[in-house]
Amino acid sequence: MAMQDLIIEYIKDEYLEEDDEVGLDTSLITSGIVDSFSMVSLKTFIENKYDISIPDEKAAPEAFDTVRKIIDLVHEFNPDAT
Amino acid sequence: MAYSEKARAAYKELIDGIRNDGLFKEERYIHSEQGIEIKVEFPAGSEPREVLNFCANNYLGLSSHPEVVKAAHEGLDTRGYGMSSVRFICGTQDIHRELESKLTAFLETEDTILFSSCLDANAGLFEAVLNADDVMIADRLVHASVVDGMRLCPAKHDTYKHSNMEHLEKKLQEHQDARYRMIITDGVFSMDGDMAKLDVMCDLADKYDAMVVLDDSHATGFIGKRGKGTHEHCGVLGRIDAITTTLGKALGGASGGCVSGRAELVEMCRQRARPYLFSNTMAPVVVAAANKVLDIITVTTERRDKLEESTKYWREGLESVGFDLKAGDTPIVPVMLYNAKLAQDMSRDLFDEGIYVIGFFFPVVAKGQARIRTQISAAHEREHLDKALEAFTKIGAKYDILGKGKQEIIDTYGL
Repeated sequence: MAMQDLIIEYIKDEYLEEDDEVGLDTSLITSGIVDSFSMVSLKTFIENKYDISIPDEKAAPEAFDTVRKIIDLVHEFNPDAT
Repeated sequence: MAYSEKARAAYKELIDGIRNDGLFKEERYIHSEQGIEIKVEFPAGSEPREVLNFCANNYLGLSSHPEVVKAAHEGLDTRGYGMSSVRFICGTQDIHRELESKLTAFLETEDTILFSSCLDANAGLFEAVLNADDVMIADRLVHASVVDGMRLCPAKHDTYKHSNMEHLEKKLQEHQDARYRMIITDGVFSMDGDMAKLDVMCDLADKYDAMVVLDDSHATGFIGKRGKGTHEHCGVLGRIDAITTTLGKALGGASGGCVSGRAELVEMCRQRARPYLFSNTMAPVVVAAANKVLDIITVTTERRDKLEESTKYWREGLESVGFDLKAGDTPIVPVMLYNAKLAQDMSRDLFDEGIYVIGFFFPVVAKGQARIRTQISAAHEREHLDKALEAFTKIGAKYDILGKGKQEIIDTYGL
């Protein structure tokens, strides 16, 4: 499964109710879908899945605000990740 | 000068931003004792006016109860004003230990330790009993002080969807490699007024070898047939490993909190909880009054019974005239409006009608979930409830939302 689809699937499973949808540019943090308290599981998922370690200074909520930004973040630490 | 003009300008800009976002919090000055009929100066500088209070956590109506006030006076006379010490140096009186024993008996736990607030109890507990080999798994809607307490603790943390026990089970399965697992929840959730599913939670805790910690601040004293809390209501007395709760709501409403639970967890708090070690505990006058509160609610359930009846009457009254309410049966009764401005406008109009309520909206509650949170007290008499129902009906009609559901309100006012 492509990275984009995998991350969207995780977000839907972890944060949303059945009927909710999320896209590449859906705002996650500022819309309140994900808050800084529950963001940790998303960070852990990304780190485990793509074998990276995101330091705290790079793990600000803004960096996780959309799936597109999350993909950029993954590529910053693992350029070969797909 | 260390506090430069640059710093001043930057802070002013931040404050302006808070104001422009509609999130600026203003105090309303109360010129009377806490109760139902209170005199409120709002806006600041205006003549205080009499309103009915529907937004206090004064669930049992004990904040200004004559017997409680009398006990406070006696405490002041016999034990003085302050302790000028933390507990373990020379800041513990007999009445502090008496209150801990009464709370232990009332909550049906093994031991109790007092803190100066439940916020402090939550700040102290997790760090005192867990380390980096452990994991805390919390409901996503736990109180802010629980979130802060978890952040102070080196254990890993994870969350589950609000009250979703399937999601909690999945998380427990994922974290089986941790030394200890700790499930953390509120008993009654303060914004929605719904209750945690503690019976299911305790079964999951048994199945997956986890501790259960409960913040029961919006339940202690009135939830459950004897008012012991959510653990009584859910039939899990003795199965909660640590309860944090407050004396600042139903139990007299002054200040103070506690951790009550397994003897070893409480002892670890005495040895390691930083808010206990490095701060004074409750003042003698507050402890003396709280002891009286425990006596009152142990002898009779009259007040919590009246609260239950009044809550039912209030909820049915609002529903009968067509308000859209969050389902539940606690004294927290949210009137759903969905739109933030509508919540603000209606609460202002209700204040003009002599009813003191507050509108809540994002980020205090989720976006599109704006509401007026009403809170019932055992001190509300039927005439208070009727007067408020009349005002709510009038203002609800003004905004044409009576009989309308979520989608119709959103169609009219937007999100």
